[in-house]
Amino acid sequence: MSQPSISKSMTIGESGLAALFAVTAFLCVIAAAKALDAPFAFHAALSAAASLAAVFCIVNRYYDRPAALPPAEINGRPNYNMGPIKFSSFMAMFWGIAGFLVGLIIASQLAWPALNFDLPWTTFGRLRPLHTSAVIFAFGGNVLLATSFYVVQKSCRVRLAGDLAPWFVVVGYNFFILVAGTGYLLGVTQSKEYAEPEWYADLWLTIVWVTYLLVFLTTIIKRKEPHIFVANWFYLAFIVTIAVLHLGNNPALPVSVFGSKSYIAWGGIQDAMFQWWYGHNAVGFFLTAGFLAIMYYFIPKRAERPIYSYRLSIIHFWALIFLYIWAGPHHLHYTALPDWTQTLGMTFSIMLWMPSWGGMINGLMTLSGAWDKLRTDPVLRMLVVSVAFYGMSTFEGPMMSIKVVNSLSHYTDWTIGHVHSGALGWVGFVSFGALYCLVPWAWNRKQLYSLKLVNWHFWIATLGIVLYISAMWVSGILQGLMWRAYTSLGFLEYSFIETVEAMHPFYVIRAAGGALFLIGALIMAYNLWMTVRVGEAEEVQMPVALQPAE
Amino acid sequence: MKAILTLDNLASGLVTTIWTPVFVAIFLAIIAYAFWPRNKAAFDEAAHLPLREE
Repeated sequence: MSQPSISKSMTIGESGLAALFAVTAFLCVIAAAKALDAPFAFHAALSAAASLAAVFCIVNRYYDRPAALPPAEINGRPNYNMGPIKFSSFMAMFWGIAGFLVGLIIASQLAWPALNFDLPWTTFGRLRPLHTSAVIFAFGGNVLLATSFYVVQKSCRVRLAGDLAPWFVVVGYNFFILVAGTGYLLGVTQSKEYAEPEWYADLWLTIVWVTYLLVFLTTIIKRKEPHIFVANWFYLAFIVTIAVLHLGNNPALPVSVFGSKSYIAWGGIQDAMFQWWYGHNAVGFFLTAGFLAIMYYFIPKRAERPIYSYRLSIIHFWALIFLYIWAGPHHLHYTALPDWTQTLGMTFSIMLWMPSWGGMINGLMTLSGAWDKLRTDPVLRMLVVSVAFYGMSTFEGPMMSIKVVNSLSHYTDWTIGHVHSGALGWVGFVSFGALYCLVPWAWNRKQLYSLKLVNWHFWIATLGIVLYISAMWVSGILQGLMWRAYTSLGFLEYSFIETVEAMHPFYVIRAAGGALFLIGALIMAYNLWMTVRVGEAEEVQMPVALQPAE
Repeated sequence: MKAILTLDNLASGLVTTIWTPVFVAIFLAIIAYAFWPRNKAAFDEAAHLPLREE
């Protein structure tokens, strides 16, 4: 941090980043002019506009700010940086609703195929990655950005490192989402599940992600608290591993630097193995490690109880790290992948049950002595039910990875049911609970606008999840059994279209469950909006703020 | 490729085999660290960390 000086001048970061974005805008205009395909031209133009907007914002911010940068401390207390956290919280809610809505649309398309309107942009194949990316990377990712920046500051008792860097991370990440999402609609995809964005979006994400790692690490390095709190370990594992996975799964050679199409470096079963090493560890380190970090900070905080066993948190952390990375092959049972690799993946998946339940037990038992709060605090109830769903889906997952079980469940809706009990129940609810805590804290509000609305959200969404997952279980097992049914003469008993017909009622129930989940999220958005707009300000926490904390 | 015992083969064989005991040893060391009686007080304090506001 530079010392307050009388003359105001741009920091190296401000001038450097503005210059870099100006050059980028210029290069993007050239790329747009020379583009080989329309979506690439659109993305180049979008990037040029975004780069110019970035230059404007950086310069504008410089003129608006006082000569000195915000101090790291005010009156001996850390001057926490809440700006990027507020931005990510807002974007999380926005993308959450968008992602749930697209999910509802594609669920309805499966029940009533006419809803794809016979347009290329609204086909299931393009909307499905839009749904998965919007809920996992856009909603989940923004929740992780917001909570990680909050938790690392509070648990290290120090202001977030960097001045522009945290803003670059949160805005840059959301720009990646925008490029990825519009790309899917325009048919730009490298056809790798959960890694669909093409080479240029991947390169941009790499830059953003490395900056994220640097901001997070630097904040930890300059911490005032000697101990590195366990939530920060989980966040760090999430950030580092996602970087490794992203680089490992995406080496591709573009057909031209002015076109969107690229070819992946390796083909065949090697590519499949890399893809599911990536895919499963995206579950393990994005959807598990990151959200366990949320659990370890927000549940103790909300329940006002210490972590049940800190020892267990250390052991299950390292057990997760050592085991998760090997479980990917269970996505490729009964494929061309060597048999021993499949068995290896299955074995590690079963072993993963233990560290997963270690986390669940630690989260649930943190409520020891505070169980009565579940009756009165719907936010805590949401957080605790999420941990219960975590336990349920991490039991189901290892079970489904067993090859004989998988021979029934693979390629059926059972998988979809399993994924959504984890995604809606665990990731969704723990994120909702965290945002319900975080928004009043970040905007300095005494409490939420309405706990009653949280209660409504909780019950409507829970009902939605139950409808969703039970419909998919029945549908999936039915589908699996119909596929393998033989007549006495040894012919397949059902044609494929008969199995599709049999699933129709369950698809309708699933869509109804999704609609309830979306309604819950809309109630939440209203509640949070009103909390910020009309909520009563928290009584002076910071004695005489000399400067706004942004 | 012929299975000849060369320095290269020996080295790569060793590298691909050695990580199993190394990782097991690291994990055992982590368990020992977690259960070391002298660390208990520090861990108990760390469990309260989210509750201690600035």
